[in-house]
Amino acid sequence: MNALVIAGLLLVLLTVSYQVGWSRSRKLADGKDTRLHSRPIYHGVLAALFAILPAIVILGLWALFSQSVTNSFILAQLPAEVAQRQPFEVQAAISRVQAIASGYGVIGEPTPAEASAASAYASFQQLSFLGVIAAAAALGAGGLFWAQRRIAPRLRARSEVEIFVRLALIACSTVAILTTIGIVLSLLSDALRFFSFINPLDFFFGTTWNPRFQSTGSGSAGEYGLLPLLWGTVMISIIAMLVAVPIGLMSAIYLSQYAHERVRGVVKPIIEILAGIPTIVYGFFALVTVGPFLSGLGDLVGINIRATSALTAGVVMGIMIIPFISSLSDDILGQVPRTMRDGSLGLGATQSETIRKVLLPAALPGVVGAVLLAVSRAIGETMIVVLAAGNSPVLRANPAEPTSTVTVSIVNQLTGDADFTSPQSLVAFALGLTLFAMTLLLNVLALYIVRKFREQYE
Amino acid sequence: MTDTVLPGSAVGAQNRERVRKSLTRRHRNEALFRWAGILSIAAALGFVAILFGMILSKGLPSFWQSTVHVEAFFDPELIEGGPRPELADFPSQADYQQAVNQWQRAVTLSNWNRIVETALRAKAPDVEIDSRDLLELVTSAARFQLRDMYFANSDVLGQTVPVSILASANTDNWLKGTINRNAADERQQLAATTRALADRFEADGTITFDFAWHIFTNVDSRSAPATAGLAGAFMGSLYMMLVVIVLAVPIGVASAVYLEEFAPKNRLTDLIEVNINNLAAVPSIVFGLLGAAVFINYLGLPRSAPLVGGLVLTLMTLPTIIIATRAALRAVPPSLRQAALGLGASHNQTVFHHVLPMTYPGVLTATIIGVAQALGETAPLLLIGMSAFIANIPAGPLDSATALPVQIYLWQGNENRNFFEARTSAAIIVLLGLMLLLNAIAIFLRSRLEKRA
Amino acid sequence: MDVLAGKVKVTSKTLDQTMNPAELMDHPIRLTARDVTVHYGEKQALHGISIDIPDRAVTAFIGPSGCGKSTFLRCINRMNDTIDGARVGGKIELDGEDIYSTDLDVVELRARVGMVFQKPNPFPKSIYDNVAYGPRIHGLAKSKADLDEIVISSLRKAGLFEEVKDRLSEPGTGLSGGQQQRLCIARAIAVGPEVILMDEPCSALDPIATAIIEELIDELRENYTIVIVTHSMQQAARVSQKTAFFHLGNLIEHGDTEEIFTNPVNKQTQDYIMGRIG
Repeated sequence: MNALVIAGLLLVLLTVSYQVGWSRSRKLADGKDTRLHSRPIYHGVLAALFAILPAIVILGLWALFSQSVTNSFILAQLPAEVAQRQPFEVQAAISRVQAIASGYGVIGEPTPAEASAASAYASFQQLSFLGVIAAAAALGAGGLFWAQRRIAPRLRARSEVEIFVRLALIACSTVAILTTIGIVLSLLSDALRFFSFINPLDFFFGTTWNPRFQSTGSGSAGEYGLLPLLWGTVMISIIAMLVAVPIGLMSAIYLSQYAHERVRGVVKPIIEILAGIPTIVYGFFALVTVGPFLSGLGDLVGINIRATSALTAGVVMGIMIIPFISSLSDDILGQVPRTMRDGSLGLGATQSETIRKVLLPAALPGVVGAVLLAVSRAIGETMIVVLAAGNSPVLRANPAEPTSTVTVSIVNQLTGDADFTSPQSLVAFALGLTLFAMTLLLNVLALYIVRKFREQYE
Repeated sequence: MTDTVLPGSAVGAQNRERVRKSLTRRHRNEALFRWAGILSIAAALGFVAILFGMILSKGLPSFWQSTVHVEAFFDPELIEGGPRPELADFPSQADYQQAVNQWQRAVTLSNWNRIVETALRAKAPDVEIDSRDLLELVTSAARFQLRDMYFANSDVLGQTVPVSILASANTDNWLKGTINRNAADERQQLAATTRALADRFEADGTITFDFAWHIFTNVDSRSAPATAGLAGAFMGSLYMMLVVIVLAVPIGVASAVYLEEFAPKNRLTDLIEVNINNLAAVPSIVFGLLGAAVFINYLGLPRSAPLVGGLVLTLMTLPTIIIATRAALRAVPPSLRQAALGLGASHNQTVFHHVLPMTYPGVLTATIIGVAQALGETAPLLLIGMSAFIANIPAGPLDSATALPVQIYLWQGNENRNFFEARTSAAIIVLLGLMLLLNAIAIFLRSRLEKRA
Repeated sequence: MDVLAGKVKVTSKTLDQTMNPAELMDHPIRLTARDVTVHYGEKQALHGISIDIPDRAVTAFIGPSGCGKSTFLRCINRMNDTIDGARVGGKIELDGEDIYSTDLDVVELRARVGMVFQKPNPFPKSIYDNVAYGPRIHGLAKSKADLDEIVISSLRKAGLFEEVKDRLSEPGTGLSGGQQQRLCIARAIAVGPEVILMDEPCSALDPIATAIIEELIDELRENYTIVIVTHSMQQAARVSQKTAFFHLGNLIEHGDTEEIFTNPVNKQTQDYIMGRIG
């Protein structure tokens, strides 16, 4: 009900002020036959802004402070000893008064003190609300009055409105910039706090990952060596690339060089579907289908492949990355000028010779850039690894064994109750910082290489 | 020195001979290369097919669940508390509420299991079976289902009403054959008598496979897995998507407009552009860390709230929208801008009245695709606490909630693998279906808008 | 005739290009084309072209842009095969062999019929590797020494050797426009073709480089059959012995260069030479 009244007030302010501004400016123009600098619409908008901003400020202040003002008022109505009680008892007393005042009532009979406090509160509520509305309306009207006085043919209303707009745009832009800063700052600060517990050298070069959780009650601080995690990340990424690069690159080559337009038109979107599938689905697929399959395959051949292992996660991650490499390579191959291909064919080379000896070497920097971007993607991937790689942060060389990565450990350390002051949780930020730095580096490198490649052909 | 490249000479003929000799080998290499290409494409397509095949084959059966149809007698001797209290009988609203709560407690404590048991036995009077084993046939939520029916309408007291109760997850596994029917008794979840009864009920039609609407309308449940549904996750995801759309689109478009049209072109804006491009490639889990550190820890927002999830996803989607909007702005031909300026429009007017409208198709498409991607994100949500088990539908963006992909993650970890593998696949089908819908809308809208423009 | 002579400078050099009947005996017909048509999808680009190309002479294809001369050129080494939706009809024979027959390997054809393109397109490899590319893939050299010989002699023939002999390992793309085109000519020669097709080889070059290439063409015609598509009538008059005039996908007229330029039979040919069309 209150919300409706406020909305109504703002709406009225808006329309009235706009109308006033608009018609006054028009009157001025018609009467003296002078040209307005800005069209009436801008005068209207400017007047509306002048009216509504003060009102919003008042309402905003009320929204911020009403809680504490109300509480103090109610406490003042109750006997003095109530305010001395425990905080939650005080809150309960206040709630009771509010419940009585609203007519909902309380269980049992209210005390006389409460009853009188309630009726006082009820009137306070009404008065304060009316007061706020009146203040907002008055300020709004005042703003409107002042705006209206400023209206003159010379008034550069449009410019002023445009300044408002520009400020709003700048505010929005800063959000995007703040995000980057926020990421870096939050990672840095929490990571630094972590490093106050654990020596950075132990972290970056340690070979054992064994964070102790406080619930186990052991006194030792736990070991936080990054290397097993880093190794797991690298191993899985390598396996993923071994799957994705041949399939992705050859698919791109075939689709761009050999296939008919129609075939390309059908196959390319289907491969793109692989890119749109959420990673949790890939993780599930790995866990339920690929893992047992690889394990069974291993049994056939006589090797012991665990169902959740680096191999499983790597293979599925590779599948996920195929469209990435395929579509980037396709773009890159398309940028090699056609005359190069024609020149090679004209000399009597077969298509595969042209591709292998002319196109690919020419496109190589671009392809390398694409692969780097794909690696960056693989490193940052979480859900596939969480579900399918097992959970064994041990430095091992065998990809058929379970392993753990940087991303999995971040999830492990922060799910559940995260106490942001203990090293167990803070390590997640150190890990995050490492991850961020790695992917940033790879991306910058990749983009640099791709840009150099593009410049070659421009 | 003979001139090796003159045609018509002896060496020329030798050249032609050498070329001819090389042909078979080279054509064979060409064929191998082509086949490598075809195999790669076949592999990629094969992966798509296997993935979808697996999900569909596992998930579709989950949409039909075994349901037991019985008649339940609301025995007055078993149900305590009498009829529902009336408001008129009480001095205040609060007193009435207290009375209602007491009545509900009494009703809940009644022996609903007995009522369920009686109804079941009525369908197979001749069968000898232990009470506990009998109740294993149906979901443990059966008693709540009947109780809630009584809450809704206490007039059913003393009447016999037809009721459809979900079979328990174990029964469902047994009837569908997702567990090994031939395994020994100790390895089975259900007692032998229960299994026999289940088979009999299926044969005589007491148990049918009905479409499991409750997957969409129920919330998650640990105690009664057969009734677990996606409603809570849906609402959580919906709130998050609303937050993303409401925040990311205006901020993103506004930032792009400012950076592209108004900001001075200097080192700072270049740096900003590089930054935004890099942001688009940051792993999603890092955004989760940001959310945990800033929104939960520093700002103290409630954990597991869709608002926080939405904020994190907004930050992830923002770079996409900014980049897409900037690209769309750049694609507007300069002739349009010059025409507007030539007519006397100010820079603002040119941008907002002429240039920006031309970007709508691109921005809309990018938004929808961004939202679709955000819908499938799991890792950042885990970090802000959405991995908890939530048994309610969130009432607003600040209530604890979960999201569709997180629900999938939670379900796949459930111990009752046989039941939940199918359920998870069903949830994946729902998620992929939603994403497909969004993408289809994006493509449709873009073609409509581009036709008009 | 004087008016026409004024349009096309008939220098003594031009006159030297003409072949008398005795010379013609030494230049048997190498390539014959009969009723060649080309369709790009629905559109027909060439309508029934029939022409004979003599051995070891320069034949020029002239005509306004878009009239099909390049299209026809690309039929001769079957480069139109690489264009999706292109259909070629009619018959083209090289030394009596139908080049579109299924028995004929297109790879081998292209080793016999080389091509130089409008915009110089050296590969992003070293100068040596550019020229060695063809011989390598066709397996023409049995040893490194062989290959070196082929490369050097091709570069010499293309008149480029002296300029690049000290920097054979530098990238081919680092040369000037005219040098790049000569590199491409060397590259084509290295494969030992019998016919060299040139598709407006000088249109991207400055006049000095153009002059160098034209002189080169004059030298090359002693050993190779050359077909050159050119935009410039003057160039055709300077370098060719035979000229064919194309217009809107049709071969309007062909014959001795001097005849075409001084005494064209067809009115359209006359209009083109006078500058009234094109």
